[in-house]
Amino acid sequence: MTALPISPYPALVVGLPILMAILSLFLNARGKALLGLTGSLLTTVLALIAFVEVTRLGTVIHIVGAWKPPLGILLRMDALAAVFIGMTAGVGALISLYAFRYFKAQDTKTDGFPLFWPLWLFLWGGLNGLFLSNDLFNIFVTLEVISIAAVALAVLSGKAGALVAGLRYLLAALTGSLAFLYGIALLYGSTGTLDMSMLGRLLEAGPTSTFALLVMTLGLLIKMAGFPFHFWLPPAHSNALAPVSALLSALVVKGAFYILLRLWMEVFGVSLTYAAGQLIGVAGAIAVLWGSWQAYMQTSLKLIVAHSSVAQLGYLLMIFPLLILPSGAGAASADWLSAAWTAGIYQVLSHAFAKASFFLSAGIIVIAVGHDRIESLRDLVGHMRMTAMAIGLAGVSLIGLPPSGGFVGKWMLLKGIFLSGQWWWAPVVLTGSLLTAGYIFMLLRLAFAPTRKKEPFQLVPKSLEVVALLLAVASYLIVLPADQLIQFLEGSEVFGAGVETLLKGGAYGNY
Amino acid sequence: METYQIYSLTSAVLFVIGLGGVFVSKHFIKKIIATTIMGGGVFLAFVSFADRDALSFADPVPHALVITGIVVAVASASFALALARRIFQLSGDESFSSDK
Repeated sequence: MTALPISPYPALVVGLPILMAILSLFLNARGKALLGLTGSLLTTVLALIAFVEVTRLGTVIHIVGAWKPPLGILLRMDALAAVFIGMTAGVGALISLYAFRYFKAQDTKTDGFPLFWPLWLFLWGGLNGLFLSNDLFNIFVTLEVISIAAVALAVLSGKAGALVAGLRYLLAALTGSLAFLYGIALLYGSTGTLDMSMLGRLLEAGPTSTFALLVMTLGLLIKMAGFPFHFWLPPAHSNALAPVSALLSALVVKGAFYILLRLWMEVFGVSLTYAAGQLIGVAGAIAVLWGSWQAYMQTSLKLIVAHSSVAQLGYLLMIFPLLILPSGAGAASADWLSAAWTAGIYQVLSHAFAKASFFLSAGIIVIAVGHDRIESLRDLVGHMRMTAMAIGLAGVSLIGLPPSGGFVGKWMLLKGIFLSGQWWWAPVVLTGSLLTAGYIFMLLRLAFAPTRKKEPFQLVPKSLEVVALLLAVASYLIVLPADQLIQFLEGSEVFGAGVETLLKGGAYGNY
Repeated sequence: METYQIYSLTSAVLFVIGLGGVFVSKHFIKKIIATTIMGGGVFLAFVSFADRDALSFADPVPHALVITGIVVAVASASFALALARRIFQLSGDESFSSDK
């Protein structure tokens, strides 16, 4: 572990946003916005440098304050973490630019909601910390930083509806964290360590580790709004301000997914069974169908987009059954693992960019017509071509049509499904795409339809439209370096891993 | 039955009571209290695991973790209470309406 190259960047991408957030608390509204934007851009630059560092040196570590583990904190940045940090930086920088202009357009006196900036920088620091943590208790703390900052952002508008949604979100997140913490207690009690790579070696199959797996998975499912714990997501995401909705759906829920993936692959190898993988896959499949159907039934734009998040997160859960190999199949013979991992990564990336673009476009429409009923999309093409284009492009990526990033994600998922012989997931993927096409084309039909009566379109700053369009285009551009990205990710120990359920009683139990 | 087993079982019972309360009750304050009961269960679990066979003294790491955990739990609970108070001031609601 200590033989790995040491680099200062993992510490900087966590420390800088938090430092900037604290500094900005002392400034007035205008100063907060300016320092917030500067801090965001600096963090983006640092994250990109850190990304390049990992492409050059491979996995790098940082030992905070030279206190060696187990006493100190070790930050480990492997290729998988680098990709997530890079994604956060890309989406985060564009949303920051949008937020700066958006708040200015809303209220010229106070620059809108100045507290957005410190909260967003805390959130960013928490996310980067989460991706870099190698220690379960650090993960708990960063998850809490993320949850509290995310809820505070969600209630920023101060309206009663947003507050109720925020309280529901906070209670769900708190329940999730405590369940996760209970799992940590059980793991520490049975092994005496919190280090994830150590736990992976020390943990033995048995009732304690199975119960720990159960409560930690439950906690993370609540946090990532996996079915049946998705109830808090649509109200919280749809009642928040536009840049906040974009942040919550593009980045925050991905944090819990990242940890779930790492836990299942690195720590709980001994406790997982084929049935556990199938069960979480079923939860994902129901989320895909239920979320898409609910999105199709909504009449308000932001609620459509929020329900669609539930469905798109369901696809992420559907890669888990492919990673759990049935007893007898060795990891070497399982040629679909790489496809399933690629599907997961591309689904995460394309959803982050497309959904951020979608929510930002919804924000533009709310400024332009004053409400977000889908009727407001009428004649959008005539008035705001760029936003119509952004919604169209982001929508196509969510459906999964070529050549979007969403296509790569869903195509590789199907490939993994057929190669692994678990064909029963395929109809779910296809039906989900059809339902998604249903609500996206419903929106596009309205965008091209002429207005019945003249509704005045307010003038919207062009720069907002440009940012939303850039994010939508980015969900296509991520396809171009696909080969290099996968090659890079293979440098990460966990990428391409699968769990064999051999020697553990197969589908029926652990012990 | 050893002492630490009594504590561990109690912690599981507290955790389940809290978990049930969060899902079943509708009133804001009841839900917040339920999460703190869950928290109490989790912290008790940590403390009970500090009694390790290999050591002649209590393992200090779980205690350090519990202190951090309590700080986080207090912050979250006070944030939730502040939200509940503000909702009450704005709309007079004390609980989640059943239709969501």
